[in-house]
Amino acid sequence: MSVHMESLHEPTTSSLPLEYQEDGNLKIFGFWVFLAAEVVLFSTLFATYLVFHGNVAGGPTSQQLFDIRGFTIETFLLLTSSFTMGLGTYEMRRQNTKGVVVWVLITVLLGLGFLGMEISEFSHYVSIGANISRSAFLSAFFVLVGTHGSHVTLGIFWILSILVQVMRKGITPKTARKLFVVGLYWHFLDVVWVFIFTVVYLTGKVM
Amino acid sequence: MLHSLLQLGDKYFMWNEGPMIWTSDVLIVLTSLGIIGVLTYLKRWNWLWKEWLTTVDHKKIGIMYIIAAFAMFFRGGMDGLIIRAQLAVPNNQFLNAEHYDQVFTTHGTIMILFMAMPFIIGLMNIAVPLQIGARDVAFPYLNALSFWLFFFAALLFNISFVIGGSPDAGWTSYAPLAGPFYDTGVGENYYLISLQITGIGTIATGINFLVTILKMRAPGMTLMKMPMFTWSILVTSIIIIFAFPVLTVTLALLMFDRLFGAQFFSVTHGGLPMMWANLFWIWGHPEVYIVILPAFGVFSEVVSTFSHKRLFGYKAMVVSMVAIAILSFTTWVHHFFTMGAGASVNSFFSFSTMLIAVPTGVKMFNWLFTMYKGRIQFTTSMLWALAFIPNFLIGGLTGVMLAVAPADYQYHNSYFLVAHFHYVLIAGTVFGVFSGLYYWWPKMFGHILNEKIGKWAFWIFMISFNMTFMPMYFLGLMGMTRRMYTYPAGLGWGPLNMIETIGALGMGLGFVVMVYDIVYSIRHPEKDLTGDPWDGRTLEWSIPSPAPEYNFAVIPEVKGIDAYWMMKHPKGQEPEPTKAVDKSKIRPIHMPNNSYRPFIISVAFFVAGFGFIWQWYWLGIPGLIVVVIGLFLRSFEYDDEHFISTEEIVQTETAAGRL
Amino acid sequence: MQFLRKRWRAVLIFALSTLMLSGCGKIVVLNPQGPVATEELHLITWSFGLMMIVVVAVFALFAFMLIKYRAKKGSKIDYQPEQEGNRLLETVWTVVPILIIIALIIPTIKTTYALVKPPSTGTPVVIKAVSANWKWMFQYPGQGIETVNYVVIPANRPIEFQLDAIGPMNSLWIPALGGQEYSMPGMLMRLWLQADHPGTYVGRSANFSGRGFVHMVFNVIAKSPSDYATWVQKVKTTAPAMTMADYQKLTAQNVVHTMTFSHYIKFFGPRNNSMNALYRAPNS
Repeated sequence: MSVHMESLHEPTTSSLPLEYQEDGNLKIFGFWVFLAAEVVLFSTLFATYLVFHGNVAGGPTSQQLFDIRGFTIETFLLLTSSFTMGLGTYEMRRQNTKGVVVWVLITVLLGLGFLGMEISEFSHYVSIGANISRSAFLSAFFVLVGTHGSHVTLGIFWILSILVQVMRKGITPKTARKLFVVGLYWHFLDVVWVFIFTVVYLTGKVM
Repeated sequence: MLHSLLQLGDKYFMWNEGPMIWTSDVLIVLTSLGIIGVLTYLKRWNWLWKEWLTTVDHKKIGIMYIIAAFAMFFRGGMDGLIIRAQLAVPNNQFLNAEHYDQVFTTHGTIMILFMAMPFIIGLMNIAVPLQIGARDVAFPYLNALSFWLFFFAALLFNISFVIGGSPDAGWTSYAPLAGPFYDTGVGENYYLISLQITGIGTIATGINFLVTILKMRAPGMTLMKMPMFTWSILVTSIIIIFAFPVLTVTLALLMFDRLFGAQFFSVTHGGLPMMWANLFWIWGHPEVYIVILPAFGVFSEVVSTFSHKRLFGYKAMVVSMVAIAILSFTTWVHHFFTMGAGASVNSFFSFSTMLIAVPTGVKMFNWLFTMYKGRIQFTTSMLWALAFIPNFLIGGLTGVMLAVAPADYQYHNSYFLVAHFHYVLIAGTVFGVFSGLYYWWPKMFGHILNEKIGKWAFWIFMISFNMTFMPMYFLGLMGMTRRMYTYPAGLGWGPLNMIETIGALGMGLGFVVMVYDIVYSIRHPEKDLTGDPWDGRTLEWSIPSPAPEYNFAVIPEVKGIDAYWMMKHPKGQEPEPTKAVDKSKIRPIHMPNNSYRPFIISVAFFVAGFGFIWQWYWLGIPGLIVVVIGLFLRSFEYDDEHFISTEEIVQTETAAGRL
Repeated sequence: MQFLRKRWRAVLIFALSTLMLSGCGKIVVLNPQGPVATEELHLITWSFGLMMIVVVAVFALFAFMLIKYRAKKGSKIDYQPEQEGNRLLETVWTVVPILIIIALIIPTIKTTYALVKPPSTGTPVVIKAVSANWKWMFQYPGQGIETVNYVVIPANRPIEFQLDAIGPMNSLWIPALGGQEYSMPGMLMRLWLQADHPGTYVGRSANFSGRGFVHMVFNVIAKSPSDYATWVQKVKTTAPAMTMADYQKLTAQNVVHTMTFSHYIKFFGPRNNSMNALYRAPNS
C-alpha cells in the first residue's frame, strides 16, 4: 500500500528478523512477559512439591515409585523435540515451508511420545493405589507434573494449528511470529521439564 | 410433582431458608426482566451488542469496568450494612450464624476482588493509553477478554447467594475450615472457581499494561518522563505478574482437595493447613499494594493538578513506589505472627513490614509539599485526595503498630485489625478511585460531575467513614474479635457498635448521593468543551472530551514531565496554540476490529465454572472445550483491523474544534 | 526509658478514656493482669507514642498547607509552579522515619524473644489447650484432669499452654493475661501466660472456625496457690472420669457447657472431627 498509514503499534522495520516485522516485537515481548508469569506459577508448584515431598502418610515414597528408565526416555523425547522445534524455526528463517512442516511434525510426534509415556506412568501409579488422594506427596506430584503435562497437551494442539496456518499462508511475518512464539512456549516447557527431571525424578529417586 | 419441584427448589435454590432468599430471588428476576424490558422497549439490543459487548476500545472497556465496580460496591456495601445491622445491638437475632458467615465472606471477597480491582483496572484502562499518547493498549482483544472474564466471574460469584449458597469461610478461606470436610456445600467452590476465572483475566491485564507502557509511549516520553499514574500502573502490573500466578496455584490446590480428593490441606494424609495461609498471603499482601499503588498514582495526579504545581520529588516518588513493590513480597508472614513461626522469623517480618513505612512516608511528605507554594483548588476530586492524607495516615500508622509482632498478639484478628485495614483500603483505595472518577469523568463522558452534590457526597461519606471505623480500634482493644456474628450484653461493646452502625448507614447515604450526582449530571450536563477542564498537566487533557475513538489524531511529541503543561507553558516562549491539530500530519489510522469472541469465550468460562462448582462434569468439560475452541479460532483470524480514513479524522477533529 | 513509657501510657490511657463514652466497659488490653500482657502493653504504648510524633507532624503540615496555599483571587505571591523538589527535605523525611523504625524494632525484637520464654522463674504449670469445634478442652498432664470451656490456673506461676486442635484452626486469646496463639491440627504450639492476682478473666477463640465459633468463650479462673491445690484435689476426687461417650461428644461438632473430668482420654484417630464416625476405640 503506497499510502503511509499510522499503525496502532510501532511501524515495521524490514531490517528486523522476519518474526519481528509484524508489529515490532510487541506480541513477542508480551509473550515473554507471559512466560515470566508462568515461571512464577511453576515456581509455586515446585515449592509446594518440595514442602510435601516427605509427607507420604504411610503411602509409597518417590524412591519406591519412580522408574529411572521411564523418566529418562521421557526426558530424551522432550529434549529432542525442543531441538527439532529449533530446527523448524531455522527453516522458517530460510523461508523453507517444507522444512518447517517436516521438523515441526517431528516435534509433534516426539511430544506425543512423551505424553503417551507420561499417561502410562500416571495410570500405572493409579493402578497400584498411588493416586492423588493417597498422600499429600502424591497430590503435589500429580498436580506439578500434571500441570506440565497439560501444558504439553495444549502445546501440541497449538503447534498443529500454527502448522496448518503456515501450510495455508506460507511464511509471512505474521505466521513467522506465530511459529516463533509457539516455539518459545515449547522451549519453555522443555526448561520446566529439566527442573522436573532434576528436582522431582532424580532427587526423588535418591532421597 | 409440586412436592418434588419444591424439593429441587430447596436443594438448589435454598427456598427452605426463608424470606431473605425469596426476596433476593424476586428482586433478581424483576431486575433482569426490567433490564430486558427497557432494552427491548428502547430497541437498544443491537446498540448494546455493537457498541459495548463486542468493543475492544480501552475507553469503553474502562467504563464497563467502572459500571460493574459500582454495582459490586452496591452489593458489597449491602453486605456491609447487613453486617452492621446484625451487630448494632448485643444478642441480635436478625441473622443466624450461617447467614452472617456468608455475608462477611462475600463482603470481603467482593470488595477486594470484584470492586477495588475492577474499579482500578477501569481507571487505568481509561487513563493510561491517553497519558502515554497511545491509541489503545498493546492487546485490545485480550483486554476485552480480561474484562469479560472478570464480569462473568463476578456474576458467578454473586449467583451463589441464590443458587446453592454463598461461601462462608471468610475471604481468606483458611484451610482446613474451607476444605472438603468442614465446608461441604458448593459455596466454597464458587469462591475458588470465580476467583480463578477473574484471576486469569487480571494476569492478562497485568501483561497487557506492562507491554503497553513499556512499548507504546509517545516519542520523547522516557520512563522518567511518564505521568505518575502511569508509573503506578507499571509497578502494579509487575506486582500482578508476580503475585497472581501464586493465587492461581493456591486456588487450584484447594480446588483439587475439594473436587478431586487431593490432600494438600487435609490433616489426615500429610497435608499442611498452614500451607494455605502462606500461599494465600504470598499473593494477598502484594494484592493490597496492587489496589493501593494505583490510588497513590491518582493522588499524585490530582494533588499536582489542583495545586497547579509540579509533583514534588518526582524521582523519590518513583523510587519509593518501586521499593514498596519489592518490599510487598517480603512481608506476608505478618498476617500470621501468631501461628508460631518462631522469634527470629517474626522479628524479620516485623522489620520488613515496618520498612514499608519509609517509602510510604516519603510519598506522604512529597504530596504535602506538592501543595507548598501552590494554589490549592478544592474540587471534589481534590477533596477526596486531601481526605486521603489524614485518614490513610491513621490506617498506615496503626499498620506499623500491628507490625510490632508481640503487640500483634493482642491485636490479631480483633476489631483493631478490622479498623486498620478498612482505614487503609477505604481511605486509600476507595477515596483514590472516587477522586479519579471525578477527575477523569469529563474525559470519559464529555461533561463534568456536579461539584456541589459531589461535595455533599464527599463530606457525608468521609465523616460517616470515621464514625464507622474509628470505634473499631477501641472495640479491638476491648477484646472483640472479627467475624463474631453476635456478642453478649454486659461487655460494654454495645454503644460503640451502635455508633458504627449509624456511621455505616451514613456511608450508604454518601454512596447514594454520589450515584444521584452521576444521574443528575447526566441529565443536566455541564459540558466540557475544552477537553481540559482542570488546567491539566498530562496528555489526556490535550485531546477533546470525550476522547475520539483513535485518541490522538496526531501522536504528540513529549519534551518533559507533565508534557501537556509544558506545551501550555513553554519556557521563555509564547505558548503554542495547543488545541490545534496540524492537518498536514494526519494519516489514516489502523484500529483493531470489534470482536464477539471475548464475550463468548467468557460465557463459556462461566458455564464451565458453573459445571465444576456443582461437579457436573458433563457441563464443565464441554464448557472448557468451547473456551479452547474460541482461542484456536482467534488464532485463525487474520483480518482483524480496519483503518480510519483521513477524511473521517478531519471531520471528527473539526467537530471538536481542533481544526 | 521506663519513665517515658509510663508517661506515654498515662497519656494513652487518658486519651482513650476521654474518647470513650461513659458507661463503657474497661479496655481490657490496656489493663493487663499479668506480666505478658504488661510487656505487650509497653510495646503498644511505645509504638503509639512514636506514631503520635508522625501524626502531629503530618497533621500540622497538612493544616499549614491547606490554610496558607489555598487559591485566593489576585494573590500571586509564593506561587512556584515549577518547583521540582528539595534534596535536603527529602533526606530528612527518609531518615527520620528510619530512626523511628529503629527505635521501634529494637524493643520489638527484644520482646519477641522474651515472650517465647517463661515470664517468671516460678515452676511452670503445663496445660494442654485443645480446640475442637466449638469448644476448648484444657488437659492437665501433670494432674491427669481435664476441664472443658473453663480453665483454672494458679496465680503468679508461669502457665505453659500447649496448643493443639482437632479440626479447623482456632486461636487462644486471653487479652487480660496476654496475646494469642493459634491452635492448629497436627502442629503443637506453645503460649506462655501468667496471672498476677487471683481473679476471673475472659478468654475466647480469636480465629473464625465456623458456625459455633462465637461460643468458644471460656473463663480463666486464677486462684492462689493453695486454693489451686485444693481445687485440683477436689476435681481428682469428686469429678467423673471421661467415658467414651464423653469423648465422642467432645470430638463431634457441637457446643457444650463447662465440664470437669478427673481423668481424660488422650486423642486418637484422625484429627478431623467431622470424621468422628470413623474413630476406632483406643484398644482395637
